[in-house]
Amino acid sequence: MKWAALVVLALAPLAGMGNYPLHLLIMCLLWGFVYTSWAIMGRLGMVSLGHGAFLGIGAYVVVLLWNHAGISPWLGTPIALVLTAVVAFVIGYPCFRFKIVGHYFALVTLALTEVARLVIVALRDQTGGSLGATPNTALADSAWSLGALQFSSKLIWFYIILVAWLAGLWIWGRVDRSMTRLALEAISQEEDAAASVGMNVTRLKLGVTLLSALMTCFGGVLYAQYQLYVNPETVSGIGISLQIVFGAIVGGMFVRLGPTVGAAITLLLAEVLRLAIGHDVHGLDTTIYGLMLVLFIIFMPKGILGAILEALEKRRAAKTAAATA
Amino acid sequence: MQVFDIFLLEAVVNGILLGGILALLALGLNLVFGVIDVVWICYAELIMLGMYAVYYGHNVFGWPLWLALVFGVAVVAVLGALLHQFVIRPVLAAEPINQLLVTGGVLFFLQAVATLAFGIEFKNIGIRLPQLSVGEMYLSVARLIAFLVALAGMIGMYLFLTRSYLGTAIRAISQDRAIMPLMGVNPNRIFLITSALGGGLAGLAACLLVLQYDIHPAIGLTFGPITFMVCVMGGLGNMIGGFIAAFIFAQFISVGGFFLHIEWGYVIAFVFFIGMMFWRPQGILGSK
Repeated sequence: MKWAALVVLALAPLAGMGNYPLHLLIMCLLWGFVYTSWAIMGRLGMVSLGHGAFLGIGAYVVVLLWNHAGISPWLGTPIALVLTAVVAFVIGYPCFRFKIVGHYFALVTLALTEVARLVIVALRDQTGGSLGATPNTALADSAWSLGALQFSSKLIWFYIILVAWLAGLWIWGRVDRSMTRLALEAISQEEDAAASVGMNVTRLKLGVTLLSALMTCFGGVLYAQYQLYVNPETVSGIGISLQIVFGAIVGGMFVRLGPTVGAAITLLLAEVLRLAIGHDVHGLDTTIYGLMLVLFIIFMPKGILGAILEALEKRRAAKTAAATA
Repeated sequence: MQVFDIFLLEAVVNGILLGGILALLALGLNLVFGVIDVVWICYAELIMLGMYAVYYGHNVFGWPLWLALVFGVAVVAVLGALLHQFVIRPVLAAEPINQLLVTGGVLFFLQAVATLAFGIEFKNIGIRLPQLSVGEMYLSVARLIAFLVALAGMIGMYLFLTRSYLGTAIRAISQDRAIMPLMGVNPNRIFLITSALGGGLAGLAACLLVLQYDIHPAIGLTFGPITFMVCVMGGLGNMIGGFIAAFIFAQFISVGGFFLHIEWGYVIAFVFFIGMMFWRPQGILGSK
């Protein structure tokens, strides 16, 4: 069942999908990957509002190295990942060591994402500031360039991002089944008690944070190379950081496909409303989206997919109970 | 380069005045946080709506400025109470982080509603206060007023909280939420009043911001984060701490911006904030 769905998804673009639906599908998977990366730590009680910083590092480091030093994204990506790991460590270690949790953690990471945005804007001579930056094209006389990681065909991007998304889900599953997840759940409930039975709180939290940050950074690289345009507002700062958090929450951050469902709903909602109402009404889709967010957090904190799965589970349990009785 | 010149002095003085604005911004958020223990992530968006209210009162309905300003304060005070009643109250018993996130959802909602209702064009009320020239320095009159209002607001708040019956009840409930109902105080009523007061202070900030900045739906994002940092660094709920923190931040921004560029001023302020969180997470005046 699961595999059949995957085969259908992988073959769907070959069945003559238009360019625009394909673009939407790619964006769903790409943001699904980023939201999943966030949920890996978010579901364990570490609500970071700073993931825009990691996304921004991934997007900008690779584009800047390519534009100013001619360094291929194949080399730029590891550099961006190392930089992300350093930033995540410098912020994460003291946070976890000094037990900065809950909304204090959220606000420290919020400061981080704003620092990333402001640095990008301030370095306007290199980054183009608020106007954004475009990687120098390597597609002048060919349809694709492997060295520059630029492809004009959306199909190639679909498969690259599909693989990244699947890898993200696989990592999510690995973390879900690990002892680390159980330990961190215990920590998120009662940190002192967990520490008293010998859990190394700082190390466990730091490990998951690094994993989540690195994946988000990689998502940033893919975003920049696919869109061939980066802008400080769309890859860093408070706006995108909140968007990541809310995407994961709407879909359901406690289930594997939840963040992806959140990404799909967010994108489709905007598209459907645009089709239904037209381009002229600015802000209607985000109005409905914002209202949805508020209602979700109040009435359905487990998200859409989370609530559906829970309801199915209950029905199945009732059935087995009826069968055994 | 001679560093201690008149321009640096101007930057320092402007920093002090900017501190007044930040302190005023932080005042309402601090009150709400101190009493209800909820961070309104959408606080700056309430201010944005207050700015629109003043604009509509003065420029669209053609009211005199003082009436438009009063209208702005009243609108945000009502919004604060509504926010508490319909959004915060249902999640008061939920995990603290849900309370933070739900107001984040309100942030998106208010921003989008403002875009829908007012459009994305920049608006301004067409009143620009003059620059005051002192010696060779140029100081913004609007900032001077903001500074004085912030000072008056803080003193007024202090007197209200310490000298009035209602203020005493508010302080008591912020110390022990569970015991106050037994003393015959209705906590929900107190929370509602506090939210309206916090909203009113946000409206006051809006009145002063509208004199110096253009209004657009995303303006909240430009000063929202710095307001949270000021509150947290002052020790959330600690008004005097918030006041001092506002001036420290403002100096970083103003003087840092003088030597480098305004964005670097903010970067230094935020990095300083992160460092301070590790050093004194309870805030500069907070106690363990």
